Amino acid sequence: MQFTSLINHPADWMQGSGPHSDVVMTSRVRLARNLRGFPFPGYSQEKQRLELLNLAKPVVEALSEMGDAYSEDYVSLTKIHKQVLVERHLISREHAARSAGCAVVVDARQNLSIMINEEDHFRIQGIRAGLDLLNAWSLVDRVDSELEAHLPYAYDPKLGYLTACPTNVGTGMRASVMLHLPALALTEQINPVIKAVGKIGLAVRGLYGEGTDALGNLFQISNQHTLGEKEHDIIASIERVIERVVSSELNARQKLLEDNPIMLRDQVGRAYAILRHAHILSSKEALNLLSLLRLGADLDILPDCDRSVLDLLLMEIQPAHLQLRAEIELNAEERDMRRAWLTRSRLRDISSPIEPPPDHPNEGDS
Amino acid sequence: MKCDVCASEATVFLTQIINGQMTTVNLCDACSKAKGVTDETGFGLAEAFLSGGIPETPNASEAVCPTCGFTASQLKKIGRMGCPDCYSTFREGLDNLLKAMHKGTRHVGKIPAKWQTTAPESSHERLDEETPPLSEKKNPSVSESEESGPSLAKLKKELETAVREERYEEAAIIKREIDRIQETDQA
Repeated sequence: MQFTSLINHPADWMQGSGPHSDVVMTSRVRLARNLRGFPFPGYSQEKQRLELLNLAKPVVEALSEMGDAYSEDYVSLTKIHKQVLVERHLISREHAARSAGCAVVVDARQNLSIMINEEDHFRIQGIRAGLDLLNAWSLVDRVDSELEAHLPYAYDPKLGYLTACPTNVGTGMRASVMLHLPALALTEQINPVIKAVGKIGLAVRGLYGEGTDALGNLFQISNQHTLGEKEHDIIASIERVIERVVSSELNARQKLLEDNPIMLRDQVGRAYAILRHAHILSSKEALNLLSLLRLGADLDILPDCDRSVLDLLLMEIQPAHLQLRAEIELNAEERDMRRAWLTRSRLRDISSPIEPPPDHPNEGDS
Repeated sequence: MKCDVCASEATVFLTQIINGQMTTVNLCDACSKAKGVTDETGFGLAEAFLSGGIPETPNASEAVCPTCGFTASQLKKIGRMGCPDCYSTFREGLDNLLKAMHKGTRHVGKIPAKWQTTAPESSHERLDEETPPLSEKKNPSVSESEESGPSLAKLKKELETAVREERYEEAAIIKREIDRIQETDQA
């Protein structure tokens, strides 16, 4: 499969809806795996990485889940193409920075991606819409077992799967959930929630993982421990925490509707007005305003606005996606103009926010 | 959060384990680029930021991984292993490090199918110290070098099986391991 046909199709998880889709964008599970007898990629020579790549890539491509897959060596990918894959969460930023000896294989529906020679020899990742870690796990578990049947893994009965960084040793599993928490942010309850989640051993990060801002009120929550716990137990404890965060967010939304409907309508209305009419939109502004629009759609303040239109737009307005569409490299100013144009055209058919009843301008209509 | 170098808004946050301690470095976009954080080796970060902060203890007697040549001081600096065998080379002190990072120090999760069906004869490779078969603990012939990887005989057997079952990629990797062990033995 070609790069363009992969990217022209929105991923399964971008369109589909899963459990708690109003708050949970995606669930991802990744496994770190390595082969015996090869140094880890960070400590290997290009020659060794190429040797591993040449051996392993055909096996990865032949996996039953990779029927009509996209498979590419990094030396033949442009910077923009790599960045598009990062924006789709199919590869990591760290992996995108590498070149010779590295490759990625992605299934046609973009539910599964396997990075070769990332920090570990393999990073197997499954993505699902909504809160659905168990299905993401069962996908990568299946793929992992198939891969393991063909390749000699570095495994130790006491330490489990051996990984480049001891923080991943054991299960090699990182389960993460991407959450949209606008009401907790608007009501300034987000920091206590983040703190509480951090205290129980889970990590909270921004949109693109480690070290990124929580733009667009998007937060990733993932496990930090990989040793001493079973995969299912790790997943169950994350899901329990997420269920609690989801209900806090939903309560906060309800409370906003009841206690502060004018402020809420004002925020959604302004976001709608700017996005519909702006000609220059920075990435940060667009993400933050789209977050408010998504909140408006979830609370029926925006009638007939399909959440998936907004989620798709969220992806399309990212810098590399814009440049891919334009087929040229764009500077920041040009991107801001294109982003505004694309946003205007995508939102053209979405009607304005509903007016509250005229007799009670200070009360909500719910 | 402010950049540790120039005090503008930090966008890159690095966490590394240095001398068994979790260390976080916050950087802005410009400084992270200047320091080569996106460097493709991913190494040398601690050196770049904490120069002088890490006690250099070049030690002639320090542990060196026989498989990849990684040294104990590199491990201290980088917080990552050089190859899978490093886990047995640098076993000492590993438990404390793992205790600080994880819920436990023993793997209780998924076990690869090949390890579930492994015949008892190969159990001598285990790093496992808590639940080895009794015969293994008493066996003084379990040498350090054997623990750092599968034995030659075992590998040859694995190679045969892989070839017979037409798993050629696996066979190639096993062949490579056999060659390496034989080379080391000759050296």
